[in-house]
Amino acid sequence: MNYQQFSSIQLDALKEIGNIGAGNAATSMSGLIQKKVDMEVPSIEIVAFDDVMEMVGGPDQLIVGILFQIHGKAPGMVYLLFTLEEAESLVKQMTNMDGISFTPDGEQNELALSALQEAGNILAGSYLSALSDFTNINMQPSVPHLSVDMAGAILTVGLLQISEVYDFAIIINTKINDTEDNNQGINGQLLLLPSPESFTKIFQALGIQGK
Amino acid sequence: MNNYQHEQSIVKVGIADLNVVNAPDIIRTSGLGSCVGVVLYNTHKEIAGMAHVMLPDSNLGKQASLNRYKYADTAIDILVEMLNKKGIRTSLLKAKLAGGAQMFQINTANDIMRIGKRNVEAVLQKLEEYNIPVESSDVGGNYGRTIEFDPKTGQLKIRTITKGEHFI
Repeated sequence: MNYQQFSSIQLDALKEIGNIGAGNAATSMSGLIQKKVDMEVPSIEIVAFDDVMEMVGGPDQLIVGILFQIHGKAPGMVYLLFTLEEAESLVKQMTNMDGISFTPDGEQNELALSALQEAGNILAGSYLSALSDFTNINMQPSVPHLSVDMAGAILTVGLLQISEVYDFAIIINTKINDTEDNNQGINGQLLLLPSPESFTKIFQALGIQGK
Repeated sequence: MNNYQHEQSIVKVGIADLNVVNAPDIIRTSGLGSCVGVVLYNTHKEIAGMAHVMLPDSNLGKQASLNRYKYADTAIDILVEMLNKKGIRTSLLKAKLAGGAQMFQINTANDIMRIGKRNVEAVLQKLEEYNIPVESSDVGGNYGRTIEFDPKTGQLKIRTITKGEHFI
């Protein structure tokens, strides 16, 4: 299957999948921090590998990344990406703790790390369960894998499998926004990277495999 | 070449990409995780080529049209050829490399998650085939690296988030 040959119906379906997943994840997130949370309408990005890094500020950019493998019939990867400040703010609001720091060479708080992983579990879990319900394809997240490092190093992991087949990735990109408070907002990014073979399965499940 | 002194510029090498520079320019690639940055250079001629290798072996490619910059074996072939064309014999080349980390401890039957180590092995094997000596390397670990090579000095600068900056 060639990405560039996706029909507009298929692209819309991918966007809708992202939308449904994001809506569910936003509800979970609201419960977690007791605030209203919005997710923007997802965009479907068909991008060269270098441009994947540019989506989050370039390959050198320091980011907090939580990676989940998707197990089941339509494998792939989910990333939750935050800046240091976003991750700190999220954990602060979850735990009401001060002095949360994700600075990689500073003192990382074990509790803060596990709180962030738990937030990741909840978000990725609710995102994927909505996708599963919609497509009727079983998709389960793995345990969370957290890293605070350069965007290039973190994101390449999710591109390896794709890179055996293609030179670009198709990414369903969702921005997470806390609507109440602009200074202490919860912002982040959720990237869904289906494995190349998963697209066919998703389209078949939705009855839109043809052109 | 221009015969006037030009300002130093930094040539950037993307992921699954490669390039060659002459001094005073330097060459850089950013955010290496499991990927390997390979530098082939000759300090007398003040020239260096760098590849940002993503996968070990072009025979594993399932692509109809192969991107030869992506794989250790084919990328090094191309770098050597480019440097040969610039008048540098293979026997005069030296190598430095960095990267090949494993960013996440993912348990899986799939070998692709241990690609960092395999990338390093593939690069070393290819360099051995060409008899190009590896002067120094900084590989492995679980962290990202940004590398920058100066063909004039032959120094490879390695920047990391947690381990600071050093030269090899």
